[in-house]
Amino acid sequence: MTTVTGYHACRIALALALMLSLTGCAAIRSNTLAEVRPRHSVSEFKDQRFAEVADPWEAFNRSMYRFNFYLDKYFFLPVVTGYEFVTPDFVEDRISGVFNNLSEVRNLTNSLFQLKGVESATTLGRFLTNSTLGLGGMFDPATRFGLARQNQDFGKTLGYWGAESGPYLVLPIFGPSSVRDTSGLAVDYSISYGLYTGVDPFGSSSNSFAWDAGVTALGTVDARHQQSFRYYESGYPFEYNMVRFLYHEQRKIEIGKPKVEE
Amino acid sequence: MYLRLLLIASLVLSPWSALAADDGYGYPIPGSYEATILGTPAALMPEITEKMRLRQLVLEVIPGRHKPPVFFYDEGLRCSFAYQKQKAPLVFLIAGAGANDQSAKLLSMMRALFQAGFHVITLPSPTHANFIISASKSGIPGDLTEDSADLYHAMEVAWKRVQGDIEVSSFHLGGYSLGAAQAAFVAKLDEERRVFNFGKVLMVNPPVSLYGSATRIEELLKQIPGGPKKEGIFFNKMLSKFSAFYHAGNFVAINDDFLYAIYSERLFSREETAGLIGLTYRINLAGMIFASDVMTNSGYVVPKNRVLRSTDPLSDYFQVSTHLSFFDYFNEYFYPYMQTRRPGLTKEALIASLSLKSIEGYLKSSAKFGVMTNENDFILSKAELDYLRQIFGERAKVYPRGGHLGNLEYRDNMAYMVSFFKEQGVRP
Repeated sequence: MTTVTGYHACRIALALALMLSLTGCAAIRSNTLAEVRPRHSVSEFKDQRFAEVADPWEAFNRSMYRFNFYLDKYFFLPVVTGYEFVTPDFVEDRISGVFNNLSEVRNLTNSLFQLKGVESATTLGRFLTNSTLGLGGMFDPATRFGLARQNQDFGKTLGYWGAESGPYLVLPIFGPSSVRDTSGLAVDYSISYGLYTGVDPFGSSSNSFAWDAGVTALGTVDARHQQSFRYYESGYPFEYNMVRFLYHEQRKIEIGKPKVEE
Repeated sequence: MYLRLLLIASLVLSPWSALAADDGYGYPIPGSYEATILGTPAALMPEITEKMRLRQLVLEVIPGRHKPPVFFYDEGLRCSFAYQKQKAPLVFLIAGAGANDQSAKLLSMMRALFQAGFHVITLPSPTHANFIISASKSGIPGDLTEDSADLYHAMEVAWKRVQGDIEVSSFHLGGYSLGAAQAAFVAKLDEERRVFNFGKVLMVNPPVSLYGSATRIEELLKQIPGGPKKEGIFFNKMLSKFSAFYHAGNFVAINDDFLYAIYSERLFSREETAGLIGLTYRINLAGMIFASDVMTNSGYVVPKNRVLRSTDPLSDYFQVSTHLSFFDYFNEYFYPYMQTRRPGLTKEALIASLSLKSIEGYLKSSAKFGVMTNENDFILSKAELDYLRQIFGERAKVYPRGGHLGNLEYRDNMAYMVSFFKEQGVRP
């Protein structure tokens, strides 16, 4: 998805979000009336909990969730809306294609890390096909040739080799994650940073910084454009719980640990 | 949408062979529970021919409404608005229980009508938290008369908002499931208020009696081992089954192929499928109960006088609210509230008022109504289906299968809906 500048932006955002959450804690409950025990409380139900995920940092995570909501509202979504307004759909799709093709590098390195031969070959085949016949990823002939995209990342690699997810963690900008997947994200970024500087596609041009920044910005906007999720959009009061659960469960299922858990 | 990810989601499938029985109706899924969960395969939906001109309206329906901090994100009633550039009829659509203005079914109806040349405004169900927080005067949903008055008011506010931007030739109304019953009551109210003078009113898979239909949905959960009080165990068991199936197969992601395989390999038994529908319903109901309790400070699941903040954990409330049944809500919360509104009200009288039968004379007398439902919709008893046929006669279109709303997005159904509104609707 995004690259290094995105990561810096993320650190600044993290600092901001921390401040935000601290001020949140400082607020004092304004109610003065005594609380009365509700008619139904959790002790009366003798049943397993469902949609439950370990979340010891829930207050922090919830404030981060809220922070992302505001970040979207005042920054990302207006930018994305503007982008969608000025860019024809056809061009948008080609741009998404190019960035998705670049992210095949991440898929490839990680299926290699997991020693998945067939999957690595498929992803390599996809990358080569779409980079050439697909004009740098603008089109996706590989899928039509039966080479299905297989999303991989370092979080999944860690999971594959037995690392537990660790507590749930909501990251600024990136959203739902876990301790394991956050380390994975950092590794994936370092690898792509290494590759970009190594290959240095715009190094020879005199204004490479502007290029890098432009590409990064476009990648970030495209990533948000491709992601249809909007914080609190469902309006469901337990959306946070459901998103947490679905994120956790989907990762667990897709990592597909071979060993049986019970 | 995520509420249904369990295995549900909207399928984008192609491998649907001609399973259809030889009755000239091409919707392929025979079982009522399966149809309800799987809906309509994308290949069998109407073609999308143009991009909708779509805007989201965020409406201040009740000025100065106090919203507790835990609902800080609720900025007003959210309605979706698709509009034409030329003069056209406007259709209001009401969502089913627990759904918002962007539910997949509403969006499909909206798209079909938009492509046929209508303006459309979709509204969340009065049982959805957004409506309870922003548009329900009492904050306690469930009464058809009160909820419909709230809906009517919301429609007026929405209309005021867009009035200057579009030209409207006439107004129509539609709704599905609970929204269908509400549409009938909204239409009746419109006969007095005369703001819209609705031309046509379509009820898609309506209940006849709310209490009866809710009872039938609650029955679905009784089929799981240990009954509804053990729904957590049931849920976790289904989830393990789901994961095990994924790991056993050669799937690359939780995608449509995977969901199709779940169906074709019959991963879940009939009882389990029923249980999953019941569970989805309970998850929706939980949102309604919690939102209503917070808005009214009733002390039902949240301690009275507690002010929840945006960062407070809600898991315990989630656990409690999902374990409460429709009957708990009705008997312990809704009925006592209705008694304060109408002193002396008996439970029987309340149940009777929450039924299309209570406005039977009006429904019979007005030619504007149409009904679209299915032979195997499990929210209706056989007698209730016959009742619909008897009241609406030829204006009741009953399809041979589709369960509850499963076939709504099917081509033929969408075409029927469009032609219903067109009869006295669009001028070229």
